[in-house]
Amino acid sequence: MASRNISVSEASRPKLPRHARLKFDETRQVWVILAPERVLAPDEIAVEVLQLCDGVRSVAAMVDQLAAKYAAPREAIATDVVGMLQDLADKGFLTEARENTP
Amino acid sequence: MSDLGTDGKTLAAPHDGLAVLESRRSTAETFGIPLAVLAELTHRCPLQCPYCSNPVELDRGSTELTTDEWKKVLTELAEIGVLQIHFSGGEPTARRDIVELVQHATDVGLYSNLITSAVLLTKEKLSALADAGLCHVQISFQGNEPVVADRVAGLKNAHDKKIEAAKWTRELELPLTVNAVMHRQNLHQLTDIIQMAVDLDADRLEVANVQYYGWALKNRAALMPTLEQIEETSRIVEEAAVRLKGTLAIDYVVPDYYALRPKKCMGGWGRQFFNISPAGKVLPCHAAESITGLEFESVRSNHSIAWIWQNSEAFNRYRGTGWMPEPCQSCEFKEIDFGGCRCQAFALTGDAGNTDPACTLSPMHEQIFRAAATEAAADHNRFLYRNFAGGTLETEGEHGA
Repeated sequence: MASRNISVSEASRPKLPRHARLKFDETRQVWVILAPERVLAPDEIAVEVLQLCDGVRSVAAMVDQLAAKYAAPREAIATDVVGMLQDLADKGFLTEARENTP
Repeated sequence: MSDLGTDGKTLAAPHDGLAVLESRRSTAETFGIPLAVLAELTHRCPLQCPYCSNPVELDRGSTELTTDEWKKVLTELAEIGVLQIHFSGGEPTARRDIVELVQHATDVGLYSNLITSAVLLTKEKLSALADAGLCHVQISFQGNEPVVADRVAGLKNAHDKKIEAAKWTRELELPLTVNAVMHRQNLHQLTDIIQMAVDLDADRLEVANVQYYGWALKNRAALMPTLEQIEETSRIVEEAAVRLKGTLAIDYVVPDYYALRPKKCMGGWGRQFFNISPAGKVLPCHAAESITGLEFESVRSNHSIAWIWQNSEAFNRYRGTGWMPEPCQSCEFKEIDFGGCRCQAFALTGDAGNTDPACTLSPMHEQIFRAAATEAAADHNRFLYRNFAGGTLETEGEHGA
């Protein structure tokens, strides 16, 4: 069973659970997250972060990647990314890869 | 991030980010095609719940859309920009083609949700649905134990079967929503129902107070909660929502009879929701056929679904705010609640164009809601069970179950 109630840290390897699908809506030309009884409209930054959430990559690795890409202070990026992912996790739209799988 | 409810119900979350997506181009330009559509595959159901949201005049099995007709509808919905499909009923798994329809929804890119009583499910059927790409399962519960639950459902062993199906759902790692419809005769179980949802490892719990039209209006005297119960309910839900944050999301559908303002029914008539009836009618609300004098177009007509949504008389009659009489027309809340519920206005005042009597500004409000409170206090508990014969009264010691 996928873990619930996760606490996001730099060590986390988050991914979207089966019931949350990130999809490009061709009709409205916008990225959406499809979830039970909900459609979320993530902003560009959130989409970029979510595309990195593959259950393999750690949050620390995502932060490194984004800090390099945007030449921004690592600490500020880390705060924003962890905060955003925790918010999604609290709403049930983010889970962690099972510990026994890489 | 904008968070949108897609089932047309009033959610506790106050933020309506619909404009984010409505402002984008879609096939129907004035009122963008809804994000989610409710497909009522059949009105057949093994349960006989006295508050059933289906119309009192049920569609017979012989009138139902065929498998090919539903597939064509699903394809068309995906093409015009619908993102989610809720398969509902009646009992959607009473359709022998349910797996085929879920598979087709997956093939055309729709996110699918099964809204079920669960009593017809087997582990094999559920597994086949998961393999067909089903994204989410919502199971209705009538209580937290069989005595109350089976009596309300009008079916023996219903509760135990639901518990079993809920466990299979989680074993298959499908997300689970527990839907609990609440009324005077089960509200005392709410705390236990919340715990049941936690024990079943549900992701979401909908605590939905009965909405009183159709079958529920016929059963209002047996179902209407007391004011004290409603106050207790709100307290219990608020406490649980805080305690279970991150474990169980709770959506609370408030009972409008005891509210001061009406609910923003369906998010506004023809604004963000439609459903398709078993016989293929495209409806602004699943109760809309209770309003006499409105003609509803069918997917079997020569019109496209997008045309029906945008141009048909039934959708445009109460769309927006232009149709509103006083006291709605000059009301500062008119774009907050869009005048409340048209079906309730029709059922209680005889005119769907009147202000919803749930609103304290309605001239009918006081009289109707005093009558409801009186009914609640009288405590007459006999049900009229829902069926194709127009309903069957519960008999002493030999209830529907």
